[in-house]
Amino acid sequence: MSGAISREEVAHVASLARLRLDDNELGTFTEQLCVVLDTAAKLNSLDLSEVPPMSQPCFLTNVMRPDVIVPSLNRDDVLAQAPEAENGQFRVPPAMGEAP
Amino acid sequence: MTSAFDLAALVRSGEYSAVAAADTAFGSIKERDDEIHAFLHLTKRRAQAQAAAVDQAVADGKDPGPLAGVPIAIKDNMCTKGEPTTCSSKILEGWRPPYDATVVDRLEAAGAVIVGKTNLDEFAMGSSTENSAFGPTRNPHDTSRVPGGSSGGSAAAVGADFVPLSLGSDTGGSIRQPAALCGVVGLKPSYGAVSRYGLIAFASSLDQIGPFAHNVTDAALCFDVISGHDPKDATSIPTPLTPTLPTLNDGVAGMRIGIIDELMGEGIDDDVIARTNQAAEALTAAGAIVERVSIPATIYGLAAYYLIAPAEASSNLARFDGVRYGQRVDGANVAAMNVATRSAGFGDEVKRRIMLGTYALSSGYYDAYYGKAQRVRTLIANEFATAYESFDLLMSPTSPSTAFELGAKSDPMALYMCDVCTIPSNLAGHPAMSVPFGVGDDGLPVGVQILAPMVEEARMFRAAKALEDAAKGMS
Repeated sequence: MSGAISREEVAHVASLARLRLDDNELGTFTEQLCVVLDTAAKLNSLDLSEVPPMSQPCFLTNVMRPDVIVPSLNRDDVLAQAPEAENGQFRVPPAMGEAP
Repeated sequence: MTSAFDLAALVRSGEYSAVAAADTAFGSIKERDDEIHAFLHLTKRRAQAQAAAVDQAVADGKDPGPLAGVPIAIKDNMCTKGEPTTCSSKILEGWRPPYDATVVDRLEAAGAVIVGKTNLDEFAMGSSTENSAFGPTRNPHDTSRVPGGSSGGSAAAVGADFVPLSLGSDTGGSIRQPAALCGVVGLKPSYGAVSRYGLIAFASSLDQIGPFAHNVTDAALCFDVISGHDPKDATSIPTPLTPTLPTLNDGVAGMRIGIIDELMGEGIDDDVIARTNQAAEALTAAGAIVERVSIPATIYGLAAYYLIAPAEASSNLARFDGVRYGQRVDGANVAAMNVATRSAGFGDEVKRRIMLGTYALSSGYYDAYYGKAQRVRTLIANEFATAYESFDLLMSPTSPSTAFELGAKSDPMALYMCDVCTIPSNLAGHPAMSVPFGVGDDGLPVGVQILAPMVEEARMFRAAKALEDAAKGMS
């Protein structure tokens, strides 16, 4: 199909976002994302060369606080909610290779 | 149902108990929530303890606060310590946050009683509450229809008379649109007016927490309680905000109000336009000067929003990786575990937006999509600023239509169109609210939106109250 985004690009974006899609999903998502991106293309009709970008509506900058130690969340409470924890830390599978 | 304002007065004077108010709320939820499905989880034990503490304070001659004994429902994307907080996503199923959101703290400090957590579109992405991993919520006015979204559970909980107050979050209209569809008042405050500490982020430059209520007075009461500076949220406005309750009845005499031309035509149903015009006449009769005003950039808001919000979401939702909270699906290594967890844990709409955002931010497309959308954002803010040189407030419909049937908008773009009137305020960061005003041709509620400049909630509430008074006169 000749939309704003190709099937291959959607597959690439999915892998960047750590998502796995099957063939069916890839087809559906490609079609749907094309529709949204076609709508977004409406913005191309505007001349925005003189308009600065706005990243957020809050005009506060450099929000500071005194460098004072205050209690943080209880470590055990936090770890109790993790899928797996060990010795006061989050436990994950090996970063490289396969689990033994 | 007794208003939050009256109920708190009765509890503070000792004429009625907070425990009885909580029991009544749980009774009505039990009676009808099987049908509505506003709630994902009830916080009964916590509610009973808080209600008992409020009654004890009254017995001890202490003041439990302006929301004494008022049952309130919380959208399930705000953290409640030790109670499930799911964002209606399988990926957070079973998680119990180790802390309370600031709004939850403030509500309880004011005497409110949290009765439960309400349904939403997964991670607040949607306009119908059909995108919940735990099943849809239904509109209390007609259960074949959606309640709107994403805060559909909170809107329905008030609309069904389960509670007088609830909290939602609004990124592109997620409080105002369901408020309109459920016939209740809904407020999106100014960006930075209400702390977001403990709100699970969707699009950080747009998200705001705000109340749903049966009437404008209760919404003002709740806003005054939850707003104000919080050092735990770096985007929180540090200067004091003007309370809204004291000037609520000051009226609109001499106020200049502009109806936004671009939101009164194509794509908006005729009956909704007719009610909005009637609302304008009512405000004129109350002494306001109402005129049409053109804000052309508003028509580009939708396209800009559906790049900016997914871009921010793709970044915010990267934290759901199976390591620190919620569900994990095992894999041979960390990367495989991340992929397996996210693929199984997120629903389709969330995946769609993560991919859209990842694409809009990716090398080679950043300037064409995200960069352009950010410039449109400036354009909208500038045009609002110009309009506010001539007008004190603006108005428009809240939603293009009344509540639609479940399943009627299966195409994502059709659903995105629901937010066309509400998105511009999020992009500019301005406050806006929806006030019920009559019904459409199908007999279902219509909401009128009032928009105000930054931190002018008090002015906006005066017009909302005038509109509410006029609507009462009609029926």
